[in-house]
Amino acid sequence: MLAFVIRRILVGVAMIVVMIFVVFALFFANGNPAINQCGKYCTPEKLAEITGLLGYDKSIPEQFGSFTVGLVAGRDFPVNDEYRQALIDNGFENRIIHCDAPCLGYSQSDQKTVNQLLVKAAGPTLSLAIVSFLIWIFFGVLIGVLAAVNKGRWLDRIVVGSTLVVYALPVFVIGTFFLQYVAIKWQLYPYPRFEALKEPADIIPWLTGILLPALTLALFFMAAYVRYTRAFVLESMSEDYIRTARSKGLPERTVLFKHGLRAALTPLVTLAGLDFASLLAGAIITESVFNYQGMGALAVKANNNHDLPVLIGLVIVGATAVIVMNIIVDILYAYIDPRVRVTK
Amino acid sequence: MSGPLLEVKDLTMHFPIRSRGLIPRTVGHVPAVDGVSFSINAGEALGLVGESGSGKSTTGRLITRLHQPTSGQIIFDGQDIAQWSSRQMKPLRRDIQMIFQDPYTSLNPRHTVGEIIGAPLEIHKLVPKQGRLRRVQELLEIVGLNPEHYNRYPHEFSGGQRQRIGIARALTMQPRLLVADEPVSALDVSIQAQIINLMKDLQKEFNIAFLFIAHDLAIVRHFCPQIAVMYLGKIVENAPREELYTNPQHGYTRALLSAVPDMRQATVGGRRERIRYVAGQEEITPATAS
Amino acid sequence: MTRPFLSVENLVVHFPTPDGVVRATDGLSYTVEPGKTLGIVGESGSGKSVSSSAILGLHRNTSAQVSGRIWLDDVDLLTLSDKDMQARRGKDVAMIFQDPLSALHPYYTIGDQVAEAYRVHNNVSRKAARDRAIEMLDRVGIPNPKLRVDDYPHQFSGGMRQRAMIAMALINDPQLLIADEPTTALDVTVQAQILDLLQDLQSEFKTALIMITHDLGVIAEVADEVLVMYAGRAVEYGTTKQLLTAPSMPYTLGLIQSVPDLSSDVNEPLRPIPGNPPSLLDPPSGCAFAPRCTFKHLVADGLPDTVMPELEEIAPGHLRRCHLKEHDLSKLTPLAVGDVA
Repeated sequence: MLAFVIRRILVGVAMIVVMIFVVFALFFANGNPAINQCGKYCTPEKLAEITGLLGYDKSIPEQFGSFTVGLVAGRDFPVNDEYRQALIDNGFENRIIHCDAPCLGYSQSDQKTVNQLLVKAAGPTLSLAIVSFLIWIFFGVLIGVLAAVNKGRWLDRIVVGSTLVVYALPVFVIGTFFLQYVAIKWQLYPYPRFEALKEPADIIPWLTGILLPALTLALFFMAAYVRYTRAFVLESMSEDYIRTARSKGLPERTVLFKHGLRAALTPLVTLAGLDFASLLAGAIITESVFNYQGMGALAVKANNNHDLPVLIGLVIVGATAVIVMNIIVDILYAYIDPRVRVTK
Repeated sequence: MSGPLLEVKDLTMHFPIRSRGLIPRTVGHVPAVDGVSFSINAGEALGLVGESGSGKSTTGRLITRLHQPTSGQIIFDGQDIAQWSSRQMKPLRRDIQMIFQDPYTSLNPRHTVGEIIGAPLEIHKLVPKQGRLRRVQELLEIVGLNPEHYNRYPHEFSGGQRQRIGIARALTMQPRLLVADEPVSALDVSIQAQIINLMKDLQKEFNIAFLFIAHDLAIVRHFCPQIAVMYLGKIVENAPREELYTNPQHGYTRALLSAVPDMRQATVGGRRERIRYVAGQEEITPATAS
Repeated sequence: MTRPFLSVENLVVHFPTPDGVVRATDGLSYTVEPGKTLGIVGESGSGKSVSSSAILGLHRNTSAQVSGRIWLDDVDLLTLSDKDMQARRGKDVAMIFQDPLSALHPYYTIGDQVAEAYRVHNNVSRKAARDRAIEMLDRVGIPNPKLRVDDYPHQFSGGMRQRAMIAMALINDPQLLIADEPTTALDVTVQAQILDLLQDLQSEFKTALIMITHDLGVIAEVADEVLVMYAGRAVEYGTTKQLLTAPSMPYTLGLIQSVPDLSSDVNEPLRPIPGNPPSLLDPPSGCAFAPRCTFKHLVADGLPDTVMPELEEIAPGHLRRCHLKEHDLSKLTPLAVGDVA
């Protein structure tokens, strides 16, 4: 088992390295990005400033090299040596930005390192991801099991029909409904605002602030997971070992949860892990509806500003999250299903 | 043509065992088929019996070249096809065909019966398009099915009928050797006899040689005048039918025969004596559990 | 106790399906005594498995419609509440199934599953249940039971898995054991060992055993009495010797003749039963076997196709469902197989 885990981790690291390379190549394929970032009202001085600050005049392999070095050992901005020297000479040494490892770059429009921006955006995104994940898993699996057990009856039909409707509703419709009607118009819920969680005392305000957007996101996934669970449970309950369990005299409750659901877990774990990973990269639409400054909002802003370093940083973080979750899912899978485990 | 139609010499198939450490390596091999030799003359039937893990099914797949043997010779009609490429094998696929065990999974449920039986005609392009339907209907009739049913799908037929379709498909290109891998095990008892009789008739009419792979000793005895017994990848005994059943030489053959449930026990009453086989020794009691 | 230990009376099991009602069994009756083995013979569609599932009460909470009586030790199982039936399932009556690989849960160890059968009916600690499981695994002939109790089903061979299933079924010393094709998926030498094991355990515990199979050789070796089923009904019932040496119903005779054994004449073609078993969705009126019967021409015209023959006792303990007047089929001349309409 240990060798299995180590092997997966090594492969994961290799994948991250390759992915960074691919991201870099993609983003720099279109020539000097400084021009885009400079914007409509570009002056030659501003262009030179951006180019010198971020080193866009260097060759691509060189930029990749500095980026990689920055990841490992940190780097300084402005990249251009003359600019840095000029700052030092003029007594503006404190204007040199020291970006510690792992340095993902510097955002010229926000005047902060990408790392700082990501850390700030991580709060809302992580909160959103975790809370909505818990909601959708708990209710999705529960309702899915209920539907499977009552297959064909009215409960099942209602569940199947409503999941289809919910799944078809766009996230911004659900979100806007919650925001405009539930919170604002009908005043059923306090206006959702993100409250950071710094100490245990913050939990109630934090939870209150995150609930509506989390619910918006969760409803979407819940619809899918109700259907998945229902299908997997129906399948596992038709297996021969269920008949054996019943013939031993086990109560139906035990047969369902201990024997049936356990078998349905493996595909659910796989799906849940990957869906959770995708949330870690930010939920763009939900954050935008509720005006939460998470990674999704950051991505939108960076895209509008052609802020390349931020975009690169976001892609790397998102892809790393997926790769890491993949490894976790693989390990969990081997834990649940002994047939997958390797024997000597 | 002189000499046997099929001659197998020292046929070996080793499946690699991959260690699952940090870097997967091949640490050993499983000798699924371990130096097997036998021959079949044209129009004759050889039975290959054994239990699971004996290598009999693998041997069948090696003969039809669904696998490539690790070593050894497969001499068909004077040529050693053991290491032939798939391109070289293609024309030979008309001569060597296989009938599979499970009539429920060996037919593509999305193809009509006519498409299934006619597929070889299409692949080998020996019969012009207009003649294909006629040949399909001919084959349906040969195996005892209604020739008008060529447009039906496999699920519309019973298990025994599906097996007949499988046989028709194998006969399309007029093969000279049929490898039948447990052709009746998945069928109801009263239907098994129908299929066995059909295969016997076809053998006589078209002079087809058979490699009949099975674990059911009674059925094999009925079909094959010569029978080879396999154990752990090797042939332990190869004898004409009467000799094998009345005077088995090898300990394993004797153990096998003593284990077959026999209807005559009803008249004799009581319980039968079992002969146990332990590799390397003769009859020992009690056996280790398996 | 006036009733036999197990007495199934007029069991009817119907399943409503989108295509119609499947009449799995229609008026089935049989008995078994402790220490004895009843063999139930039938092919697919005979209804042989369905009736035994009904004994275990596995039809409850499904759409199956069941009527009749199933007396076990003077209690009608069909009248019990779900809770009472559940208390007996796995304790008084147990079942082992055909494919031990799919019948065992792949995610739990053998020990867990065997011990679970014990803990359901006995209020004991996990350790006590585990010890009992090891004891049973040893009893059924699994070597190194203390080590193997923590193995998973896929780490056992087919024969060992079936032994584990037998351990699981017998762990509560049930009075009735139902074995549904227990050896069909196993190699012939392993099959012999399993059959011997079952017979040894039966003589030790005096369990009543129902052996469901399509293999007449297994019946010959194991069963004291035989029930032959066709299209959901019993068509012949008697001692093994009676049925296998002098069958009185054409289907039984057809089964025996279509199966080659180690002494049959190899130059004679096998004598299959023509046609196919009937669909349980739309069973024919009259005798269900009539369309395939080679003796039909000896019965008054039209009778087999319209009237269902009753089960009658033609000799003490030997019952048969057939229109033929003659009981000894060897005295009659059947039609050639190819001539059956």
